[in-house]
Amino acid sequence: MNARGGGLGVLLVVALVMAGLVLPRWLVFLLALALAKGVAVLSVVVLMRAGLVSFGQGLFFASAAYAAGFAMRWWGVREALLLVPWSVAVAVGLGALAGLLVARYRDIFFAMLTLALSMVLYGVLIKAYGVTGGSDGIRIPTPTLLGLQLSGDDARLLVYYLAVAATAAAAWAVGRYAAAPAGYLAHAVRDNEVRVAYLGAPVSRIVYAAFLLSSGLAGLGGALTALNVGHVDPGLAYWTTSGELVFIAVLGGTGTVLGPLAGAVVYELIRSYAFKYAPYAWQMLVGAAMLLIILFLPGGLWSPVERVWRRQQA
Amino acid sequence: MNQLLIIAVDGLVFASWLFLVSVGLSLIYGVLRILNIAHGSLFAVGAYAGASLVVAYSAAGLWPPGALGVLLVGALAAGLVAGPLIERGIVRWTYGREPVMQLLVTFSVFLILEDLTKLVWGVSPYYAYQPYQLLGQVRIGGIDYPAYSFLVLLVAALVGAGLWWFVRRTRFGRVVVAVIHDPEISVAMGVNLSRVYVTTFALGSVLAALGGAFTAPMISVVPGIGVEVIVLAFAVVVVGGLGSLEGAAVGALLIGLVRAAAVHLLPVLELFTIYLVMAAVLLVRPLGLFGRVEARRI
Repeated sequence: MNARGGGLGVLLVVALVMAGLVLPRWLVFLLALALAKGVAVLSVVVLMRAGLVSFGQGLFFASAAYAAGFAMRWWGVREALLLVPWSVAVAVGLGALAGLLVARYRDIFFAMLTLALSMVLYGVLIKAYGVTGGSDGIRIPTPTLLGLQLSGDDARLLVYYLAVAATAAAAWAVGRYAAAPAGYLAHAVRDNEVRVAYLGAPVSRIVYAAFLLSSGLAGLGGALTALNVGHVDPGLAYWTTSGELVFIAVLGGTGTVLGPLAGAVVYELIRSYAFKYAPYAWQMLVGAAMLLIILFLPGGLWSPVERVWRRQQA
Repeated sequence: MNQLLIIAVDGLVFASWLFLVSVGLSLIYGVLRILNIAHGSLFAVGAYAGASLVVAYSAAGLWPPGALGVLLVGALAAGLVAGPLIERGIVRWTYGREPVMQLLVTFSVFLILEDLTKLVWGVSPYYAYQPYQLLGQVRIGGIDYPAYSFLVLLVAALVGAGLWWFVRRTRFGRVVVAVIHDPEISVAMGVNLSRVYVTTFALGSVLAALGGAFTAPMISVVPGIGVEVIVLAFAVVVVGGLGSLEGAAVGALLIGLVRAAAVHLLPVLELFTIYLVMAAVLLVRPLGLFGRVEARRI
């Protein structure tokens, strides 16, 4: 990401902080959810840049959310600044294990293996009623920040600012990664893996690193979602959660960091209305929109804007 | 000894069901090189078509065994309508694009079909138990089995034999084999590729719908039954080797028997057996038991 990207990012963070003060509460809540989802979408984008589509990010999304829930339930931890890193660590640990198996695969194998893993977690969450509460899930009490106990609207706002800070950090990290050798090499693996190997770069390590980063981002998104909603349930690991993330990634395009984040906000706004008016046609609309974008705008909704932008620069 | 017999019977019954729901996926992948995620929703469409027809047929009070024929008709109708429509309308525009994009396209079709089934058949469950009840029970090794399970076994065997005959003994089947091995040379030899593609896709869709229709009497047909099937079918097909029909049969047998053994000996593992078998096979043979190695693009 170039200097302008950084400047734009700072502007956006300032705008989001202001938004927390002026916007109505329900919209702030929605925005916090959208940002949490946006971070998880970044995890899909990181893999897509390496040419891999994961239909199983729900694995990390849900495991981090449940990790936060267990920490609160068993150890009574309420501190957000402890819960979030702990949840991310659990997700990355799981990613390190799962990566050993799936990072060897590409294309459909990668997609379906990640899907299978997340469905295994879903099955476990549903069946292990004594530990996970089955399909009821676990309630997550309001977290504290640096020991500060807030309630009601203040607590909501606190979680929102946490989401803004975490999203900014995640966006910065992904931007740095994309501009680093590992990020460029991951992009090269997408174009032609064999050539990258012949150039002497460690392909499997590059893919593994992308997978770890991606599991951490998905975990961060999951932890933020858990703190936001105040409840976790097995649906977080279900394929629809992962599929939704892939859809938003396609919608926002994989060329930028802001595209997927903006995509998540737009998606969440539209969904909150569409779900009310067309609950049984929502997936159909999502599917049709994805088809149209793939067939006619392969770079995502953002891509025409980007093209104009680039033309002006030239 | 008795337990072994029970495991073998259970395993065979489950394996035949697995083969029935997964062979179409392998066939389509073998010819079109596309993993059809919509396979799961075609299964669901077949289940709904079969179940609603059986419910209507039974309500009309017609000759009871005819319900089995009705299941077949429902599956054929669902597959023959949906298959060509999806292939000609959507999938064919993605030929030659990245596999990942093709995967996303069939995923979109899957999402669309999931809601279409809800719009057409509603969200309340369908119970098409009549064929299941009709056949009664069979006693093997001191345990009562529903005879319907053996009907599924028979259907799976017929489908397997029929496919084998189609691929090895008919002219069109040999053309399909040629396309599997080398689409470019086949076209140069005068094969009409679009016709092969649309026929294969329709056949694969009929097989998915057939699996759904014959599953319908054993379950309550509700929204969301397609998802589990696509994951299961993929596991079976990957164990056997993507695109291989023999592979689908062997994969189904292996997973079916291992799962039956787990159910009786180690019930905790039941949920994971399929994935454990898949992971184990992939670690030893990354392309599955019958997978073909392909040249690397440099």
